[in-house]
Amino acid sequence: MSQPTWKNPIVAWIDYRLPIFTFTHHELVDYPTPRNLNYWWNFGSLAGVVLVIMIVTGIYLAMHYTPHTDYAFASVERIMRDVNYGWLIRYLHMNGGSIFFAVVYIHLLRGLYYGSYKAPREILWIIGVLIIFCMMATSFMGYVLPWGQMSFWAATVITNLFSAVPLVGEEIVNWLWGGFSVANPTLNRFYALHFLLPFVIFALVFLHLWALHVHKSNNPLGVEMSGDADSIPFHPYYTIKDTFGLGVLLVVYFGFTFFAPNVLGEPDNYIEANPLVTPSHIVPEWYLTPFYAVLRAITFDIWFIPAKLIGVVAMFASIGVLFFLPWLDTSPVRSATFRPVYKQFFWLFVIDCVVLWYVGANPPEGWFIPLGQFATAYYFFFLVILIPLIGFFERPRAVPDSIASAVTAGADPHREQS
Amino acid sequence: MTEPDSAAAAALDAGDEAGDERRDFLLIATSVIGATGTALALWPFIDTMNPSADVLALASTEIDLLPIEEGQSITIVWRGKPVFVRRRTAAEIEEARATSLDALPDPETDEARAEKPEWLILVGICTHLGCIPLGQKSGDPRGEFGGWFCPCHGSHYDTSGRIRKGPAPENLARPPYAFLDETTLKIG
Amino acid sequence: MVGRILGAAVAAVIAVTTANAAEAPRAPGQEWSFDGIFGTYDRNALRRGLTVYTSVCGACHSLDLVAYRHLGAVGYTEDEIKAIAAEFEVEDGPDEDGEMFSRAALPADAFAAPFPNEQAARAANSGTYPPDLSLITKARKHGADYLYAMLIEYRDEAPDGFELLDGMYYNEYFPGRQIAMPPPLFEDGVKYADGTKATVAQMAWDVTTFLAWAAEPEMEERKRLGIKVLIFVLVLTAMLYALKRQIWSRLH
Repeated sequence: MSQPTWKNPIVAWIDYRLPIFTFTHHELVDYPTPRNLNYWWNFGSLAGVVLVIMIVTGIYLAMHYTPHTDYAFASVERIMRDVNYGWLIRYLHMNGGSIFFAVVYIHLLRGLYYGSYKAPREILWIIGVLIIFCMMATSFMGYVLPWGQMSFWAATVITNLFSAVPLVGEEIVNWLWGGFSVANPTLNRFYALHFLLPFVIFALVFLHLWALHVHKSNNPLGVEMSGDADSIPFHPYYTIKDTFGLGVLLVVYFGFTFFAPNVLGEPDNYIEANPLVTPSHIVPEWYLTPFYAVLRAITFDIWFIPAKLIGVVAMFASIGVLFFLPWLDTSPVRSATFRPVYKQFFWLFVIDCVVLWYVGANPPEGWFIPLGQFATAYYFFFLVILIPLIGFFERPRAVPDSIASAVTAGADPHREQS
Repeated sequence: MTEPDSAAAAALDAGDEAGDERRDFLLIATSVIGATGTALALWPFIDTMNPSADVLALASTEIDLLPIEEGQSITIVWRGKPVFVRRRTAAEIEEARATSLDALPDPETDEARAEKPEWLILVGICTHLGCIPLGQKSGDPRGEFGGWFCPCHGSHYDTSGRIRKGPAPENLARPPYAFLDETTLKIG
Repeated sequence: MVGRILGAAVAAVIAVTTANAAEAPRAPGQEWSFDGIFGTYDRNALRRGLTVYTSVCGACHSLDLVAYRHLGAVGYTEDEIKAIAAEFEVEDGPDEDGEMFSRAALPADAFAAPFPNEQAARAANSGTYPPDLSLITKARKHGADYLYAMLIEYRDEAPDGFELLDGMYYNEYFPGRQIAMPPPLFEDGVKYADGTKATVAQMAWDVTTFLAWAAEPEMEERKRLGIKVLIFVLVLTAMLYALKRQIWSRLH
């Protein structure tokens, strides 16, 4: 990596005192990137762009929203009906949440498939899991703000989860509510936190990128870059590829926003919150239903521990277990490309997540109950038992010596089709 | 900017000229369209901060003048500001019209300030520092010139709402208004 | 005590919903003028629908989120809007004596509500609350189809074996299949200004169009802008793809 020399005197003057130009050059222009990244590697930068869109639209919504139980619903409708382009900003924000989760889930599964969490990228992975935790908290609180029926009852159900905590459950729930039910104090604090958390996410993203830039990107082969032949500069190769990917994402995002803005939402949320009437089906937004399915899968007490508590613990554990993934995986090989057994179970896991998503979106009755329990069992079985075991017993295929040798030999099944 | 130094970037420059031109054209065209799109996308965000439809709907107010008696003033709220509507007496009109323009810091004839002599319609905000002058209620001090008196810094307005004495630089402003019929006034 | 109630609430909600035997069927799909990416509200149906709302639905159902001035967006002139608003009384005040008073509605006012509050609405409707209709087509699955089907599919008698509660009406498409609202539409129940014959189906169709507009007044603008935006982004993306291929071709 060379030290750039700045010809423009103003740039040189600034850079000598605050090397932002050198920094940008190193981290965004010259930054060596594996030459063999496929399109699954687009989703990290896409998530970053969507986060910015969410923050910007959110700030503009905050200028018009009233966080009071008497006015919240009407103020959102005023945004939809009377504020100039209010409907656009609101629908961008509403559908942006779904797009954000879709992008981040793909990003997560990509890391899972290619072993991106393995040494030396454990902290990078852990920060990523923290980001998902924060996103879930943010989206949950944001969903409460329009103060529709689903907002209110989602808030009631999810905050009530904490009543499962032994001994102090009730105190915790009252503390969360600032009262004895979900009411104005709850709405107020959710609004404050919904405004704050995205900036926490932003800071975590910065750390995520910092950790990424220390050991650079993993790649479809899972072999570290060694030497110039393995890498290409980030600019222009990945700047253009990421920008093209953004174009494709925007087509999907705008397709929802302009032509089917409510298709991912629940009609019940267009009824103003009524603490005396519970909707017949309480469903979270689609991106949280898999975890809702895990929560409801536990219908039985174990020993002296009540089902409710186990369900809550299982739900949090379904994300929390990801923190330990770098140490659960015992395989010497990163990429599933060379792991014939792991690859099979990985795709089963993806199907399992889809099943959980489907079960979580449906009422817990009939065959949905055993199906949800089975899917939950596989979810944990895969992450906690299979991943360590497969590492011991699987015989990986031969891993190439370097990225360049694989690319020139045509051995890389994920090579760009260009 | 810097010289591209990595092997791959150097390869970029090694292409034949025709290819370069084509790429340059595509690069410039795409950049221009992308930048245009981004600039256009800013407008909805800026526009959300303009007055919204419900605010604009209240930007004009209609008032029934019938209950206002001669010599009486009413204050109405228009666009968040007080508007003084005074039905002047003949004496007040006479006094306003008789005043010589030389006596005025901000010379304006009364004819130009009151479309119908009987009705004086003014934005009730002192042109000095934005206080609301007194003189609307019967017991209020009306200053030395029988119009309005601003208690903040002692500005005196006459029966045409013109500044006569005190620190205010200008006469009381007139809102846009129209008489829809004999007894209906539309402000805004 | 509170803990027990909370526990019960969570248990009830987590274990939610016993299979609802009386689950309503999906209303048959209709071809609405506002369907599809080029869809717009049929202005004539919308005008007739306003007549149906004001002379039938409006007697019990409010339309709190819609103001008379909003009608301007679908072709009503300023004078028409003033005239429509002036037919209704709204409460204003307090006046100088501290009293609330009623006055004729102005274009800036929301549609005048039939009842001052929910309690009054319940008292006048034997305990049931006629919901606000501002968002009704968005607040139900397949809202327009549902509303239309619900309005025309009243039956005089419940099927054998169906237990109809006292004062309820059998309606195939209403969740639970029994509804407290008496059949609202009757042949020639309103008189249309444009001379259209006011059949039950016609009125149901028109008022559904009107309420679909009331729920999504931004829809036409949204779709118009959306088409422009999507064409723009598609062209830009195609160019980005060509540029990406050119830049990457240098590597091979």
